[in-house]
Amino acid sequence: MNAEPTLERIPRGNALALCATGSWTAGFAPRLERLVTEAEKLAGGRSSISIDVSQVSKLDTFGAWLIERLRRSLTEGEMEARIAGLSVNYASLVEEVRLVKAAPDAETPTVTISGMLAQIGKTVAGISGTVIGLIDMLGAVLVASGRILIHPRSFRLTSTVHHLEQVCWRAVPIIVLITFLIGCIISQQGIFHFRRFGADIFVVDMLGVLVLREIGVLLVAIMVAGRSGSAYTAELGSMKMREEIDALRTMGFDPIEVLILPRMLALVIALPILAFLGAMAALYGGGLVAWLYGGIDPEAFLLRLRDAISIDHFTVGIVKAPVMAAVIGIVACVEGLAVQGSAESLGQHTTASVVKGIFFVIVMDGVFAIFFASIGM
Amino acid sequence: MTQPAPTPILAPVEAIIRVRDITVQFGKTRVLDGLNLDVRRGEILGFVGPSGAGKSVLTRTIIGLVPKVSGSIEVFGVDLDAASTSARRAVERRWGILFQQGALFSSLTVRQNIQFPVREYLKVSQRLLDEIMVAKLGMVGLRPEVADRFPSELSGGMIKRVALARALALDPELVFLDEPTSGLDPIGAGDFDELVRTLQRTLGLTVFMVTHDLDSLYTACDRIAVLGNGKIIAAGSMADMQASQHPWLRQYFHGKRARAVMG
Repeated sequence: MNAEPTLERIPRGNALALCATGSWTAGFAPRLERLVTEAEKLAGGRSSISIDVSQVSKLDTFGAWLIERLRRSLTEGEMEARIAGLSVNYASLVEEVRLVKAAPDAETPTVTISGMLAQIGKTVAGISGTVIGLIDMLGAVLVASGRILIHPRSFRLTSTVHHLEQVCWRAVPIIVLITFLIGCIISQQGIFHFRRFGADIFVVDMLGVLVLREIGVLLVAIMVAGRSGSAYTAELGSMKMREEIDALRTMGFDPIEVLILPRMLALVIALPILAFLGAMAALYGGGLVAWLYGGIDPEAFLLRLRDAISIDHFTVGIVKAPVMAAVIGIVACVEGLAVQGSAESLGQHTTASVVKGIFFVIVMDGVFAIFFASIGM
Repeated sequence: MTQPAPTPILAPVEAIIRVRDITVQFGKTRVLDGLNLDVRRGEILGFVGPSGAGKSVLTRTIIGLVPKVSGSIEVFGVDLDAASTSARRAVERRWGILFQQGALFSSLTVRQNIQFPVREYLKVSQRLLDEIMVAKLGMVGLRPEVADRFPSELSGGMIKRVALARALALDPELVFLDEPTSGLDPIGAGDFDELVRTLQRTLGLTVFMVTHDLDSLYTACDRIAVLGNGKIIAAGSMADMQASQHPWLRQYFHGKRARAVMG
């Protein structure tokens, strides 16, 4: 059954008969294509051409199409090439491929310099759209919160608690571990460099201020953007792809109220808690290294820490946390709802969610720094 | 065109799938329990049973997506458990699968979806790839203009058709269809049955069709197998099914809907 396909040429004067044998199937497609491409060159000045397929042992779409293609390219003007010896079994298959029209060309995007410049322009112009989208979502979330305040019964407590577990409780180990390590590193580097001036003890001031004001909350916010922001985008995006969000809407539920508000609220509660735990872990790690590596015993460390920092430093840090949480949440939800039908789009928006989330967290941190400096905190 | 007398393309009775004593278990629930089934070459086998009876599980077990506890599966005479990786690959090249939801690659266009298996297995020119793609689209009743659309831009019926075109891309000998007509309107479903019949005739396909659609069973299937309690409770022609005294079969083939279909 599976004989190599061949295409014999039998010239009869000015007429030509092409005799196909063997198995004209997908498995031999590369060979078949070569045979047919060569035979196509025989066109020109013949009185008649017939393609005899009676010796073909097996035929499928590939073989049938290639025979049809050969017939078409050998046909010229009045002289039509014929297919002869077709068995009834394969007749319908050949009929089927006879209907095939030329394939439309694929739309391949061409890369030009002006096209690239246009792309940059579009991206820049899109920034304002992004900001408007974020403000839009902020407004929608606030309106939904307002409705919840008026009708507290429609608040989704179970969902909120579920998300709180996901973004807060389950994040504790990794957040504590990483901030602990960062605390250790800051302390070690500080001691290493301050020792040259005999100013080892000032490492406590640096650690305290840095961790409580900046590093604690910033590091935790970046980790949460990567961990939970991406999860939110992926969840909402796949729900959007499967029309679950449309389903909710048609049942008379507001997706903002059902899906987004619980997620936002969970983040806003979780981030200050995580930032506090992170700051404590970093101080602990820093203290440990100061003791083991720098020889500053815990009592001296604590005494110095009490002098160096005030409650203001802690307030400055922790006040930023819920705002950053809201920014991460809004970016993640906007990106999630912007997902289109394909897996590729889901990937793009999840990436955008994390990148934009971290960017806005850092921008917010800068804005806060200016604000606190001007009110003297 | 001369028309020689019709001859059967294939030897009439030969089991193309041979399932013996299959047991599949999820946790403590036994879904398939010592199931035996033969699918003969060149037939369209309709596979029915109550929802949740394990029809899709059996399909997925044969394809190798669900692990089985015991039993053996032979496809094209190759024991899939004993086969080497390359022998398995060879078998996989000879079958095509239409998943319930289509399972088209969402980030590829219709053109790329259909060409994907061909491109991977055969070294042929882009021109032939495009031509074969158009031929396959034509076979499933779609116009070449849809070639550059993405799956998210297609209707449910079109997704099924494109998925069938992809399943047929390499001209397989065996096709698994998991509820091909679910979610199609009756006319669309009727067309689809007709399409499966036509393809089976033109390409000499063997079709394994999981379905709930009584119309499909009447119009498209040569033989029907019924799954219940993890076993095949009946297998045979439509007439056999109607003559059966099994309570579920009586209900299924003599219910209101069945009568409506029979007329």
